[in-house]
Amino acid sequence: MRTATTEQTTHPVLIFWIIAGWVGFCILPWYGVEDGFFRFGWLFEGYPFDEDYAPGAFLIAQGRKLWLAPMLLALAAPLLVLKRRKTDPVFAVVLILSGALGFGWLIAQGFGIGIRGFNFAWLTALFGDLGDRQFGMGYGAMILASAFLFLFTQGIAARGAINGDVFVVSAIGGVIVIVGTFVFFPIAKMLTAAFITEDGGYSVGIFAAKFFDDRLWGLGCLWGARCGVAWNSLFLAILVGLLSTALGLVFALVVTRSGFRYKRALRALTVLPIITPPFVIGLALILMFGLSGSVTRFVADLLGVQPTRWLYGLPGLLIAQTLAFTPIAFLVLIGVVEGVSPSMEEAAQTLRANKWQTFRTVSLPLMRPGLANAFLLGFIESMADFGNPLVLGGNFDVLSTEIFFAIVGAQYDQGRAAVLAVVLLAFTLSAFYAQRAWLGKKSYTTVTGKGDAGVHPLMPRGLSIPVFALAAIWGGFTVIVYIMIFYGSIVELWGVNNTLTFKHYLTAFSVKLGDNGLLWTGAAWDSFWTTIYIAAVAAPLTAAVGLITAYLLTRQTFAGKNAFEFGTMLSFAIPGTVIGVSYILAFNVPPIEITGTGIILVISFIFRNMPVGVRAGIASMSQLDKSLDESSLTLGANSWQTFRRVILPLLRPAILAALVYSFVRAMTAISAVIFLVSAQYDMATSYIIGRVENNDYGLAIAYSTTLIFVMLAAVGLLQVVVGKTQIGRRTQFTAGG
Amino acid sequence: MNTFRYTLGVSLLAIAASAGAASAAKLTLYCSAQEDWCQLMARSFEEATGIDVNMTRKSSGETFAQVKAEASNPKGDVWWGGTGDPHLQAAEEDLTDPYISPMRSELQDWSISQAASAGDKTIGIYSGALGYGYNTDLLAANNLPEPACWKDLLKPEYKGHVQMANPNSSGTAYTTLATMVQLFGEDEGFEFMKGLHANINQYTKSGSAPIKAAGRGETTIGIVFMHDAVAQAVSGFPIKVVAPCEGTGYEIGSMSIIKGARNLEEAHKFYDWALSADAQNLALQVKAFQVPSNVNAETSPSAPDLSSIKLIDYDFKLYGSSDERKRLLQKWDEEVSTLPQ
Repeated sequence: MRTATTEQTTHPVLIFWIIAGWVGFCILPWYGVEDGFFRFGWLFEGYPFDEDYAPGAFLIAQGRKLWLAPMLLALAAPLLVLKRRKTDPVFAVVLILSGALGFGWLIAQGFGIGIRGFNFAWLTALFGDLGDRQFGMGYGAMILASAFLFLFTQGIAARGAINGDVFVVSAIGGVIVIVGTFVFFPIAKMLTAAFITEDGGYSVGIFAAKFFDDRLWGLGCLWGARCGVAWNSLFLAILVGLLSTALGLVFALVVTRSGFRYKRALRALTVLPIITPPFVIGLALILMFGLSGSVTRFVADLLGVQPTRWLYGLPGLLIAQTLAFTPIAFLVLIGVVEGVSPSMEEAAQTLRANKWQTFRTVSLPLMRPGLANAFLLGFIESMADFGNPLVLGGNFDVLSTEIFFAIVGAQYDQGRAAVLAVVLLAFTLSAFYAQRAWLGKKSYTTVTGKGDAGVHPLMPRGLSIPVFALAAIWGGFTVIVYIMIFYGSIVELWGVNNTLTFKHYLTAFSVKLGDNGLLWTGAAWDSFWTTIYIAAVAAPLTAAVGLITAYLLTRQTFAGKNAFEFGTMLSFAIPGTVIGVSYILAFNVPPIEITGTGIILVISFIFRNMPVGVRAGIASMSQLDKSLDESSLTLGANSWQTFRRVILPLLRPAILAALVYSFVRAMTAISAVIFLVSAQYDMATSYIIGRVENNDYGLAIAYSTTLIFVMLAAVGLLQVVVGKTQIGRRTQFTAGG
Repeated sequence: MNTFRYTLGVSLLAIAASAGAASAAKLTLYCSAQEDWCQLMARSFEEATGIDVNMTRKSSGETFAQVKAEASNPKGDVWWGGTGDPHLQAAEEDLTDPYISPMRSELQDWSISQAASAGDKTIGIYSGALGYGYNTDLLAANNLPEPACWKDLLKPEYKGHVQMANPNSSGTAYTTLATMVQLFGEDEGFEFMKGLHANINQYTKSGSAPIKAAGRGETTIGIVFMHDAVAQAVSGFPIKVVAPCEGTGYEIGSMSIIKGARNLEEAHKFYDWALSADAQNLALQVKAFQVPSNVNAETSPSAPDLSSIKLIDYDFKLYGSSDERKRLLQKWDEEVSTLPQ
């Protein structure tokens, strides 16, 4: 029992976080470094005394920013209990108090004191004018905040919460704080922004005036004028959700329940739209079906009619979004359609049901969760879609573009953007709830522990003919669109001058051999490398946050777990546009001032894509038997060691899935990104939209095509690696019939 | 930076702090022109002077809001480019500093008179006149007559062929609205907008989108600044630029020095450099066909010649004010945009 006694009086984790806290307070610059922390210019520009770069302790020693001083006490207190045992009640109380008070004070001073002194009138009334101000917090403050947080969680653990497991308590605390900071705080900030009047006060009247605006809710389209954007968005999203779900189901049925031979090709086809940058599909549609589009002209000549602008507006949006989101619905549905237990279907057939009855009364109802999920995804994606409405919208205004132009357009009305974003969020959250309500508490479980060697029955004939016809038409259409895209990237000026050329690729991606090695002279390299860099930083972080959350949700029980789950999945239902607006409103001002940096892009990707990491993690972790953890714990490992040594290695497929998904999303996302990019951190998608706006179609399409191939390579890599881990497993039954 | 605070503090610390603060010359530039132009200006200035430029590109509305928000602690030094209204408004709200450049002798009259109206707090760097462009192929295919005047666009044969931006989201379209009000008087100006509304096939979000659509053949006529139309023609699209016969309004792209700039000396250097013919010639490299304010700067042969265009006496002060702007936009929203097409 020697080890047990030493463990009680030295606390390596505690010592680590205390040291970290002091480093944050005494060594690192307290405030954000404007020119970038990692350029280290601040080291030579007056550090550690200059007010802009000084650590907190140096500021206090110079008699400035004295409101930081109370945190010294909170940081010093834990030193007193270092020698005490973990079981000593004083140990826990001191840690909890110092952690909570330190963290609380840090946040309170951050919000209370801003760039114009006190942020709240009542503080000025109470203490008089401050005569000083502060900017956004930097790495010093961030490290200190983490130190306080983990002191607090160690105190909680020492009191015996979750069997005194420091790792689990800290993980829960950490996830709650980052989700709170980067999901709930911005949303709350946006909600309040919707009530701010022009002179900075708050008023319900201004919200009501903007909310009940005729441009938002007008029903003019019923008598020939125009409808409000809210109705437009809702109508479009419902149509797209229904259409993409139906088409996704068609493809899923073809793959699982027919003798179709080229299933692999079909699957490859469905991956394409997911890795296609926005606008590209819209552009291809314009060049085919626009007023001067090739197809339009051909048909108009053939029939001798005037070509029209029929594409712009609802029809174009519907086609483009259905093209883009059907594959997502397909990927959701294929798992569900495959998962329906063949035994149930066989049972139905044994009971003399014909194929059609079996399909209608057994298979289809069991697919309900998948259908609901697919619809929800299509609905949310359509609501958040930004690229297609921008190029194809015509006079059919939708919420996402309206929000964008409320912020960047001539109106510059953040309040209106916030109100519109609130409406958008209300729609998606209602859909989220409606989906849960529709599924209810019924059980859809059909995969049990028992072996199920049945084979899915084929589709009834009456169903298979229209299904095949639809799949063929839509699949062919997708192929044509992509051929057109590739063609567009290798002609001089699409639609005007169709000489073949590689000049767009050269403009974008040329390299020169200079004196000092390779010179990246192409116009696209800057944004390309930024995108790769940001995506590569964001992907592992997304996977980490997602998998730790999944671990907590599947392996641990704690109070408030349901709320915790809801909170972590919430960002799934928040459209990117809303994330973009709320991040601008929340992180443009101290205490967290990160707009215009690469950090804000990374953070937005982490929290946009985290739910996928969580889902992937939950799915694979629930396949791992809990007895694995237990045996590891019995053998004396703590839960961190168990997580790292036992669970993590078994999660390779889930990790890779999360990695690739977030990498791909970071390269194709636009709806949040468009608000967050800056001159220094320009992303590929926003560069492409800039080219599109400049009518530089060739370059935009060439760039997009390159991105498609880069991402295909990434996805291919995943397939290879994940494929390897599956070797040795029983291959799945395919309904080859 | 609060330099007076240092003198109050311990003297040793003060020496250390001020010694550290003296570092390489730099300049923070807020740029409201198109991205590639901004990049080119920043890089060329770095090359010409060795001063590090930290450039942020935002639209003129956004930049104005930012400068206003940072008034108590300005982070920017120079604000270059973008339409004149927000620059004038910044001058009015005392957010920018007056400066008389030695380069003034080389400038066009309209640039100097704009500076005079703002108490020397802003100066014109380029100007562009409003007009429209049409797709020659489509016009021929539809057997339409060539339009030459604003009023031509009201003819019923152009129904569904004209595109312009939405004045609510685009400064260009607001300039169009204000121009019609000044050209024809408020009542007749709004009658014109109503007539035009009947022929419009789409109100786009961004100001230059209509001419780009015309270039691709997605609309026949687009109402834009003429230099945007020229850029499309130069890129190879079948676009013909029209300077309307009744006369037209214009914008003056401006430059201002932000009040309380941290690098005032560098800001003055940039200001003088940006008014030079060399700096203004850079515009041609990025297909910006505005008319430069330096009389010696080159103009593209395809750029519209401002002297041959009938320009109205555009009242920047009145129509740039936010009250008038709100009133006109609201009136347009209520009386024009709700009409059936």
